[in-house]
Amino acid sequence: MAKLFSKPEALADQPTHYCPGCTHGVIHRLVAEVIDELGIRGRTVGIAPVGCAVLAYNYFTFDFQEAAHGRAPAMATGIKRVRPDLIVFTYQGDGDLASIGMGEIVHAANRGEKFTTIFVNNAIYGMTGGQMAPTTMPGQRTTTSPFGRDTEESGMPVRIAELLASLATPGYISRQTVIKPKYIKKAKQAIKRAFTYQMEGKCFSLVEVVSTCPTNWGLTPVEAVKWAEENMLPYYRLGDFKTPENN
Amino acid sequence: MGKVLMKGNEAIAEAAIRAGCLNYFAYPITPQSEVAEYLSRRMPEVGGVFLQGESEVAVSYMIFGAAAAGARVFTTSSSPGISLMSEGISYIIGAQCPAVFVNIMRGGPGLGGILPSQADYNQATKGIGHGDGRLLVLAPASVQEAVEMVMTAFPLAEKYRNPVMVLGDGLIGQMMEPVEFPDHLKTEPSNKDDWATTGMDNRKSNKRNLVRSLYLDPVQLNENNLILKRKYEQMKKEEVRFEAYHTDSRYKLLIVSYGTMSRVCKTAIDMLAEEGIEVGLIRPLTVFPFPEEAVFEAAAREGCKAVLSVEMSMGQMIEDIERSVRGACPVHWYGKCGGEVPTPEEVIEAVKQLI
Repeated sequence: MAKLFSKPEALADQPTHYCPGCTHGVIHRLVAEVIDELGIRGRTVGIAPVGCAVLAYNYFTFDFQEAAHGRAPAMATGIKRVRPDLIVFTYQGDGDLASIGMGEIVHAANRGEKFTTIFVNNAIYGMTGGQMAPTTMPGQRTTTSPFGRDTEESGMPVRIAELLASLATPGYISRQTVIKPKYIKKAKQAIKRAFTYQMEGKCFSLVEVVSTCPTNWGLTPVEAVKWAEENMLPYYRLGDFKTPENN
Repeated sequence: MGKVLMKGNEAIAEAAIRAGCLNYFAYPITPQSEVAEYLSRRMPEVGGVFLQGESEVAVSYMIFGAAAAGARVFTTSSSPGISLMSEGISYIIGAQCPAVFVNIMRGGPGLGGILPSQADYNQATKGIGHGDGRLLVLAPASVQEAVEMVMTAFPLAEKYRNPVMVLGDGLIGQMMEPVEFPDHLKTEPSNKDDWATTGMDNRKSNKRNLVRSLYLDPVQLNENNLILKRKYEQMKKEEVRFEAYHTDSRYKLLIVSYGTMSRVCKTAIDMLAEEGIEVGLIRPLTVFPFPEEAVFEAAAREGCKAVLSVEMSMGQMIEDIERSVRGACPVHWYGKCGGEVPTPEEVIEAVKQLI
């Protein structure tokens, strides 16, 4: 009997620790599918962040390093500079990348480091228990903004894709989402494009993925999708913000 | 190649290349920026990697990433920069990767100053980063010794899969001295295949490698810390290095001093000997592991009435000396820590107050 569907080789055959309705599983799978399709598993090194995806290394079947909070782009820089033949990607959340790791990601992007970043934006700190992130929406309640994010105090949510796209150095910067099936195919295309640019030695590449966190948003998975679509997508516009061709 | 006159920082840079380290990441800071300046020219000549990072924090993780990918890699910095790097150093220790850090010390705390100091003794030997980690710490007293220690540091880091620090005061980096470079190091980092993320296709076994310092299981974390502890115990057995000076005399006082300060002490000891006052010296070459037995034996020698720690820090080494001396005689301190190097006359004055 012909096998029509199977787990990507790059994805480990084991259950994850992610909550019901969390989108990390989908994004992991897309990354694994792309790595399989490009045939690069044997020369790929992933870098796990600090946050919910800290254990991402358990779910992939190739070399991995575990970073400190926010420092994955610096580690990726170190690997890529000494081993340009390896394919390197960081997998980071919004607390990790947009707060404590803002310096590292901006400078890596600006140097045009030839690695790929998968940036999962769910507008909240997940692992530490739902605190406010730089990406938290105005008025959004979190455990450290119990009355809702006050933009007078905390400013507006940081739009990483737009911010990085403003750098003069060529790069591939895209924002996608996986909250509904209709978006997933496009997200995968963007991830594949990001890895392809790296394989061609062309530029830094980052795909921001707008995601849900039902647990810390205090919503059911279905409600979380609706909330993300109504609140996040109008602010976090989807699409390619920069390509090396239109720099 | 014969002797050449070189500035300490440039000699340190060249020594790393001759140790087969062709990967350098750094952030500028006085008084060691000449290392980066030298290597920004030299690395392209030898096909190596030079990168100026955006901060010392980032640099420490560039070092981590590169080391974890199996590369021989190093950085240089000075005191405030090392404080920032100590975050990454803690991760490198936990993940058991080899790397070399050179600290050309300046005075502190805070911004302190830019002149020579030994004020990072405790940080280097006891308190680098968080958690149960240690560094193997080599302390050169001349440009020649800095070169030799840098070249020794890489194989030591690889032997233990632990970062090694070369701890020099500002003078070691800034002064010019004649230096003769040893032959190029021939060894390669070994056993990389067992642990480094070199890409599965590049190894014989198809087992993937994972470099991490995270162990959520308390039993596993304890086990990892025991592995580290055993490495430090092994260092104490195998890596202690020191120099004994004037200890064949009938000295009444023993000085313990390292780095530039120990050279001033040697001059003072020679001058005192001319006056008929005998003083011995133990100079640690490794400050971790500390030469405990050598200091104990020299302090417990018949006729030795006191030990004097001479440091360009406010008595940080005294704790290691007291621990080593085990009450055999009283331990005193003399030093300055503002950037001035005490003169031989000042050391002699401190000695005479004790005998």
